[in-house]
Amino acid sequence: MSAAVMQAKLWYAQRISAMILGICVAIHLVIIFYAIRGGLTAQEILGRTQGNLTFAFFYETFVLACFVHAPIGVANILQETLPKSGIAKPASWLLAISILTLGTTAVIGVYSGGAL
Amino acid sequence: MSSRPRIDYRAKSHLSYFAYACHRFSGLLLACFLPLHFLMLSQSLRGAAGFESALGLTDIWVFKFGEWALVILLAIHLAGGVRLLMIEFGPWRGLRKGWIQVSILFAIACGLLFLYFAN
Repeated sequence: MSAAVMQAKLWYAQRISAMILGICVAIHLVIIFYAIRGGLTAQEILGRTQGNLTFAFFYETFVLACFVHAPIGVANILQETLPKSGIAKPASWLLAISILTLGTTAVIGVYSGGAL
Repeated sequence: MSSRPRIDYRAKSHLSYFAYACHRFSGLLLACFLPLHFLMLSQSLRGAAGFESALGLTDIWVFKFGEWALVILLAIHLAGGVRLLMIEFGPWRGLRKGWIQVSILFAIACGLLFLYFAN
């Protein structure tokens, strides 16, 4: 695949993930404002999410969209700021893998509540 | 050779450059925060007690301030991102500067809402 085709595909992937994230972030902001009233407690969070498939599906979709969106953006910034360093690709892959693994672990955690 | 074009002060004083800088800055900080956020939430695998002790970290004022700043960054990145999608995918109506102002107001509103609701 040529570099231009690759760039076009990454551009589309970032925009499509942005459309999904737009909806997810708006919902997330509403949940944040709802959840922080009276302080955050583990019981309260797990009470909402434990065993709730809708929340698990929503958060995993959110994680997958972040997994696509954030590393492409970071790669662009690094490539434009430090073009000779060659850091853009490894750093963005590292970010992608950590978002996917930690994000999915977090979703499993809040869904199961540690009862695995 | 740098892949970034040279931009003089006239372009940098444009409102769209401010929107671009805000979008980059907020996106970069949010990307750095994401793994830490997920790491914190994955502590729920230790059960409610383990998760509660990890959440205790968020009571420290630095983390509280960080949460507030991140909500503002998230709001500005969301509204700025919607503007970008409308420029790129919507009918061409210029640079939609009104959306830049909406983004700033939306971020301020979210910051204030956080302060209002937070303990």
